[in-house]
Amino acid sequence: MAATATPGLDIGQLRKDFPILSQRVRGKPLVYLDNAATSQKPRSVIDAVGRFYAAENANIHRGVHVLSERATVAYEAARERVARFLNAASPGEIIFTRGTTEGINLVAQSWGRGTLHPGDEILVTVMEHHSNLVPWQLLAGQTGATVRAVPITDAGELDLDAFDRLLGDRTRLLAVAHVSNALGTINPVQALVARARERGVVTLVDGAQSAPHMPVDVQAIGCDFFAFSGHKAFGPTGVGVLYGRGALLERMPPWQGGGDMIETVTLEGSTFAPPPARFEAGTPMIAEVIGLGAALDYIGSLGFEPIMAWEHDLLAYATEQVGGLAGIRLIGTAREKASVLSFVVEGVHPHDVGAVLDDEGVAIRAGHHCAQPVMRRLGLPATVRASLAFYNTREEIDALVRGLHRVRTLFA
Amino acid sequence: MSSLSELYQNVILEHNRSPRNFRPMPDADQDAEGHNPLCGDQVVVWVRMNGDVIEDVSFQGSGCAISRASASLMTSAVKGKTREEMASLFDRFHRLVTGALPPGEAETLGKLAVFSGVSEFPIRVKCASLSWHTLKAALEKGGRVDAGTAGPSGPDRPSA
Repeated sequence: MAATATPGLDIGQLRKDFPILSQRVRGKPLVYLDNAATSQKPRSVIDAVGRFYAAENANIHRGVHVLSERATVAYEAARERVARFLNAASPGEIIFTRGTTEGINLVAQSWGRGTLHPGDEILVTVMEHHSNLVPWQLLAGQTGATVRAVPITDAGELDLDAFDRLLGDRTRLLAVAHVSNALGTINPVQALVARARERGVVTLVDGAQSAPHMPVDVQAIGCDFFAFSGHKAFGPTGVGVLYGRGALLERMPPWQGGGDMIETVTLEGSTFAPPPARFEAGTPMIAEVIGLGAALDYIGSLGFEPIMAWEHDLLAYATEQVGGLAGIRLIGTAREKASVLSFVVEGVHPHDVGAVLDDEGVAIRAGHHCAQPVMRRLGLPATVRASLAFYNTREEIDALVRGLHRVRTLFA
Repeated sequence: MSSLSELYQNVILEHNRSPRNFRPMPDADQDAEGHNPLCGDQVVVWVRMNGDVIEDVSFQGSGCAISRASASLMTSAVKGKTREEMASLFDRFHRLVTGALPPGEAETLGKLAVFSGVSEFPIRVKCASLSWHTLKAALEKGGRVDAGTAGPSGPDRPSA
């Protein structure tokens, strides 16, 4: 199938690791370009989850029997794997959540509720996914704080002058996407976090769209919190990660109460376990955590350097091919972009584009991408979004382009 | 015919290009706004009544070809109908797009039968029925009603 333009990645070979990719839909080979919504899973992840249930299933952190011991070891090994993946200082800074959304809500409620006061400001950006906006709006409603948003340029880049103006004496938290899910813009999070920290502002980076595509070093970024989702990083659904700086986690109260997060419980009250257990009440998603560990192993076996080179090449090719079509306007043309190609076809609603592409076997997302403020800013109700992963090929971009020609013919 | 060409029949494509009754109505008796938060589609429907009869109906808004053509064909179909006739038409139309209408009954829908292909695309049922829900809301309550939050019944209810 595909070219091996990049030394180190044999795309045709690695596609065989993903069972789902070999199927046909609507009589055509599946062309999966909806990776920003969720990614496909390699056999090793599927097998890790299956093997856990077939041979290791038991609850963790409590049993004295062999299976419980095995499950606990595997679960904690995944935590160490994630800590290496993010270059966290310690596995104790890794909290397993249901996903990015839950991680951000955890910070909002555990860190935010006791910390923010009327007049305090939470700084976000116009390009945030709803999951990095709505939890702060809820927190603002609970505490009397206000949410302010850094504007963007027409190209979809942050207005850094405005950022400097908005980062003020009342700012308590900066919450910013590493990569925009709707536009693909890579934000200069290291610089933004540095400016915030100079002012003592706590920082959270939404890494849902970056962690699957580029190396993340939370210590180099310097952020206090970093959240991402397993299912977008080739792992199972229902598991995500919240990295939290150890010193901050120590001071944060529990978010949910239950088993596994306590030290001592009496009818009168309870004392709580140290992080990360303090934030993992109840039986967690053990199989999914183990599957996530396998996903990070898989990414590690490929290496981010060749992944980034290939995805950069694909995005450049897609930008040229799709952007060159008459009647198509690219949305989000930041200088630094990753894996996302958003566009509109003049005179054709994105849902209709999506229906025609689906008939060609091409899976894309049409809609507001859970980022309504950025759509409103750009004056669009919706866009078509093709989002790439390392297993995509130039031939698949060609299939997308053929589908777009058919869209133009049908709705001419 | 492929299911895609069943969905986008020529009548639908033509009404999408040149929607009928696509205009505001300054002397309307009632209007309502319909909104589908899932895809951002938005439609306003205006109605002028003569007793129990829909004397004039018009719409404006933004949405996909299915929702726009559906609104356009709806305005043509319900003009001159009583509330009861409109309700009966909507009922049959709704069953058509959800695949629950016997083929014999589809013929009673006239031009609206071109939406039969929608039943193969469950996610597009909302698109086809948004303007109908909005017209129903306008007739029932008048004033401005958000069909998205007012909670139109049925499996095609717009969801957040």
